[in-house]
Amino acid sequence: MNLSSALSLALPEVILAISALILVVWGAFQGRSNPIFSGAAVVVLLAAAAVAAMGPHGVAFNGAYVADGVAAFAKVAIYIASALAIPLGDKWLGARGDAKFEFPVLIVLTALGMGVMASAGDLISLYVGVELHSLALYVLAAFRRDDAKGSEAGLKYFVLGALSSGLLLYGASLIYGFAGSTKFTDIAAVVSNGAETGVLFGLVFLICGLAFKVSAAPFHMWTPDVYEGAPTPVVGFFAAAPKLAAMVLLARVLQEAFGGAEAQWRQILVIVALLSIFVGAFAGLAQKNLKRLWAYSSIANIGYAVLGLAAGGEAGMQSMLMFLILYMVDVTGFFACLSALNRGGKPMETIEDMAGLVKERPGLALAITAFSLSALGLPPLSGFWAKFYVFKAAIGTGDVVMQTAAVLGLVGSVVAAFYYLRLIKTMWFDGSVGATDKPEPGARLIAFAMALFAFPVVLIALAWIDPIAKTAAAAFGG
Amino acid sequence: MALQAIAFYLLATVTVGAALLVVSAKNPVHSVLFLITAFFSAAGLFVLLGAEFLAMLLIVVYVGAVAVLFLFVVMMLDVDFAALRQGFAQYLPIGALIAGVLTIEMIMVAVSVATKGAASKNATPQTFTDAVSNTETIGRVLYTDYVYFFQASGLVLLVAMIGAIVLTLRHKPGVKRQDIAAQVARNEKTGMRIVQIKSGSALDQEGLSE
Repeated sequence: MNLSSALSLALPEVILAISALILVVWGAFQGRSNPIFSGAAVVVLLAAAAVAAMGPHGVAFNGAYVADGVAAFAKVAIYIASALAIPLGDKWLGARGDAKFEFPVLIVLTALGMGVMASAGDLISLYVGVELHSLALYVLAAFRRDDAKGSEAGLKYFVLGALSSGLLLYGASLIYGFAGSTKFTDIAAVVSNGAETGVLFGLVFLICGLAFKVSAAPFHMWTPDVYEGAPTPVVGFFAAAPKLAAMVLLARVLQEAFGGAEAQWRQILVIVALLSIFVGAFAGLAQKNLKRLWAYSSIANIGYAVLGLAAGGEAGMQSMLMFLILYMVDVTGFFACLSALNRGGKPMETIEDMAGLVKERPGLALAITAFSLSALGLPPLSGFWAKFYVFKAAIGTGDVVMQTAAVLGLVGSVVAAFYYLRLIKTMWFDGSVGATDKPEPGARLIAFAMALFAFPVVLIALAWIDPIAKTAAAAFGG
Repeated sequence: MALQAIAFYLLATVTVGAALLVVSAKNPVHSVLFLITAFFSAAGLFVLLGAEFLAMLLIVVYVGAVAVLFLFVVMMLDVDFAALRQGFAQYLPIGALIAGVLTIEMIMVAVSVATKGAASKNATPQTFTDAVSNTETIGRVLYTDYVYFFQASGLVLLVAMIGAIVLTLRHKPGVKRQDIAAQVARNEKTGMRIVQIKSGSALDQEGLSE
């Protein structure tokens, strides 16, 4: 394949890369952030999403880049979530005097890294994509450098992220050593009849590294601290797009490269999934800070996504994609609400701050209620459908372990219901603790749009997304 | 061949020994120096493999830049390593447990390699011919087969650079910077002022500074 056809397959990433370079130079000359600049970054991301949706499918760069249905599906969601993060973050940081032109640029570069991850067909592109997106995320976490908690979040994320990258690389090098190739297709040929000890050892490390990136237990310990310290809109971004990218990457490694070793990795994934669900459910009970609470909620939710992936096959892949898309809507919406809410110029971040919110800001209180109920999995909100797909896939495997795991997952979901319901109770039935500031209109708009998606738009959207995810998942894997 | 074997075992021993000392040395400066030793002997191992370009890169980049940077950081930062080591005993049991599990797993891998051989079915590293040097081999694939990785790695470095600037660059107001254009544009009108002094009066500060 010649370079031009390879580049046309990788067009979304090419667009993002060139635009990021132009934006950096433009921003450096301009010196500060302005709406036109941020708007340009948003347009670039949306253009990349459109190109990814309509672009050709194929394999480029000797198998390092795979453009298929799953990649396109994930990329559209990732780029749109990234595009939403730009106006949210710009306004939030601007209100605190920390708006910088680097913010949209870093988001574009993160999106680029996530695109590389979603399309990785080789251990090297896997690693480069992971590093590209996580380096930008470390900086975004510490973006408010004069904020002690923000700096702490950035540093913790960086140090633990470096450790996880080390695990990932160690695993990748072992796989390369034992399989003789970094290409997923070549690895698949080697492990077609189950993985030998050496490759399996590498795979375990690779799963550990990626589990860290998606904050699945027992590699979740960084999540609450980072979410608490990082800027609120950035947290909304953290909890949405990078998870989808890393999960698609994990799916690619497991199904494309290690499809032959499914029985071996399934047990690891089931343990990771159940641990995440229970850590997220039980540790969340003790949280007072909403950002920490949603950090544990995201740990629990990634557990369900991992459970869907563990189911394997077309149904498992489809359930993972559907789950994460619907979860992304919830989490983006929730953090948009949180970004919009201030009291006396201070962010409202604890459960007590939300007391009686329904009297102050009925719209936003209703939106938060919708997101909480959805994350809890109450029908007919979007979160219910998300969990429905996962449990259906897990039960459908016919494997007793998977079915037990699904039942346990349901139990975890009931435990977690407590903290979502407590938040709702505090908002609706407790006395108000004072007037809130006028919400930022952009964040409020995004929050309302997401809430409308969570219900009722989801019912119509499902009819449209479901077949796309199904065909994408069907064409996926070996 | 015997000479090569001797060189290999010598260099490998030094590498492993120096690496152990990196993590066990009390003084962080010594750690960095042992790290440099480890890099040098690893470069020697690369030479033995016939990868002279990588060996030189290791010395130029890792010894010349990275390790020296480490040394600067270690010497400039006032890090209390005694305080950092606090809680060592507290975390020792779980650390030892994980290390033990990993050791057992590694032994299992080694045993499986020794008995069944590595699982690889297509271990075909880049073949060397005398006609094409090692450096040329890398040059031939780096911008062709690996152009995607090469460009993406470049973007990783760009992100690192932007990140460093975002997190550290501060525009402080009131800092006096050299402005060469202003210096060159200075002429007698802007640079000199003639002050009429009344005879008999002293030069006071107000008269000079306006």
